[in-house]
Amino acid sequence: MPRRSDAHDWRPSAAPAALRERAALLTRLRGFFAAAGVLEVETPILSRAATSDPALASLASLWHGPGEARPLHLHTSPELPMKRLLAAGSGPIYQICKVFRDGERGRLHHPEFTLLEWYRPGWDYRRLMVEVADLVRCALGEPERPVEEIAYRDLFRERLGVDPWRADAAELARTAAARGIGGADGLALERDGWLDLLLTHCLEPALGRSRLTFVYDYPPSQAALARRRDGAVPVAERFELYLEGVELANGFQELTDGDEQRRRFLADLEVRAAAGLAMSPLDEAFLDALAAGMPEAAGVALGVDRLLMCRLGARHIDEVLAFPIERA
Amino acid sequence: MASYSTNEFRGGLKIMLDGDPYTIVENEFVKPGKGQAFNRVRVRNLKTGRVVEKTFKSGESVEAADVVETALQYLYNDGELWHFMDTASFEQITADAAAVGDAAKWIKEQDMCNLTLWNGVPLSVDPPNFVVLAITETDPGLKGDTSGGGGKPATLETGAVVRVPLFVQTGELIKVDTRTGTYVSRAKEE
Repeated sequence: MPRRSDAHDWRPSAAPAALRERAALLTRLRGFFAAAGVLEVETPILSRAATSDPALASLASLWHGPGEARPLHLHTSPELPMKRLLAAGSGPIYQICKVFRDGERGRLHHPEFTLLEWYRPGWDYRRLMVEVADLVRCALGEPERPVEEIAYRDLFRERLGVDPWRADAAELARTAAARGIGGADGLALERDGWLDLLLTHCLEPALGRSRLTFVYDYPPSQAALARRRDGAVPVAERFELYLEGVELANGFQELTDGDEQRRRFLADLEVRAAAGLAMSPLDEAFLDALAAGMPEAAGVALGVDRLLMCRLGARHIDEVLAFPIERA
Repeated sequence: MASYSTNEFRGGLKIMLDGDPYTIVENEFVKPGKGQAFNRVRVRNLKTGRVVEKTFKSGESVEAADVVETALQYLYNDGELWHFMDTASFEQITADAAAVGDAAKWIKEQDMCNLTLWNGVPLSVDPPNFVVLAITETDPGLKGDTSGGGGKPATLETGAVVRVPLFVQTGELIKVDTRTGTYVSRAKEE
C-alpha cells in the first residue's frame, strides 16, 4: 500500500531510490532532446486566461502589481504559450514543467504534476508518434520494447463490437451494462461520456502491456486542439500513448486555423456555462498568434510522473513524488 | 438530507444506494486526460455483506447513510432478541438474529461488542476479538500429548465448536480468536 494522507508527516512519500531515478530520468529526457536539436524553453506558469477545456479546472492565484490586483491562473498545460513561440519562429521546442489541475486526485492523478511537452514544426502526427516511441523506449531503458498502433475506431470495433462513430448513446450504454460496469444503468452521460466510460473501464487496462500502444484518429467530437480531417469517416488527428494500462501521452496534429480555434473555444465555453463551470476569458494573445501564422506542427504532452511510475513498477503516484498534496 | 460529493469519497464512508446502506471499500479516480472523470468504487452492502463495484460521474452527489459504530455491552438474550446497553447512558437497544449473526456463538453476558447502527437499528454485531469461554464437552484426550498437533473438537458454553489441542479438557477455560474461530490458549478465570 502507498503511504498516504498523514498531513503532519514531514517525510517524503517517495523512497530515496525513486527520487534518484526521477533525476536520472530528467537527465535522459534532456539528453534525448539535446541530441535531437530540440530547444528547451520555459513559459509562464501563471496566465491571465484559465483553461477553456470543459474536462479541466484551473487553480487560481491573486497577483498584486503596481496599482492593480488581479487573478492569475496556474496553467493546466503550457500548450498555448508554446504555440506562440512556434508562431514567433522558435523551431522545434520542448518544455518540462509542473502543471496544475484542480480536483484531480487518485492513484494516477495529482493536482500538480510534471509534464513534458514538445512540438515539431513541419512534422505530421504519425511521424511524431515514432519519435514519442523512441523517447519512451530510451527513457525506460528498453530499446526493444514493441510498439503497436491501433485506430480508435478499430479498437472499439474489435474489442467491444461497437462502432464509436455510428453507435448512439443508448447502444453505448447497453454495451457498458453488458460489459458489467457497475452502476452503468444509473449514469447520465453524453455520447462522448459513454465512450470515455468504455475506454477507461473496458479497454485501457489491456493497452500497452509489455509494449507501447498508440491509439490514433479520434472521433471528431474529441478533437480538443487537434486538426480534423474530413473524409468518408472524418477523424480528429490525435493520438494517445498507453503504457501498462496507463494513459501516458496525448498528441495532436495541431490546429493552426485561428478562426476554427476561436469557434472551438466558444463551443467549449458554452459547454462550461451549461455545466455551471468557471468561465474564463479567451486567450486572445494565443488567437492573435494563430492569426499571425503558426507553422503546421505536431505536438505532444507526456506525463513524466507516470513514466517514472512505469520505470519503477510503482502502483501509486505518491511513490514517485517527494511530497504529495496532503503533505505539501 | 446529508449527502456526499464524489470528491469526498474515501474508504469507510457510508452511503445509501438503491435504498440500502453501503460502506466504501475502495475509491478510484478514473479520468482520461481529455475527457469525463469517474469515481469507480467498490462498496460493501452493510445488510448483506456483498461487495459490488459501482461507477459514478465525478461531481455527482450521493445520499449519506446514517450509520454509526458504537461499543455496547451485551446484557442477555430473551430467546428471540439480544439486548445491549450503552454503559454511559444506560440506554438499551435490541438486535435480531440477522444483525447478531455469527457473533451469537461467541458472546457472553457483559461482553463489550461493536454494533453498527443504521438509523439507530443494529445492522451487525462484532464480538470482541478474543473471548474466554468454558468447555462444556470434549472427548478426553490422550495422556501425555502436549503438542496440540492433532486436535479435537470442543463444545463451548455458548454452543460454539472449536478445535482444541488434545490436552485441553472439559471444564477448562480457553481463549478463542473470534475473527478466525480458532483456539489461542488455555485461560485462567478472569
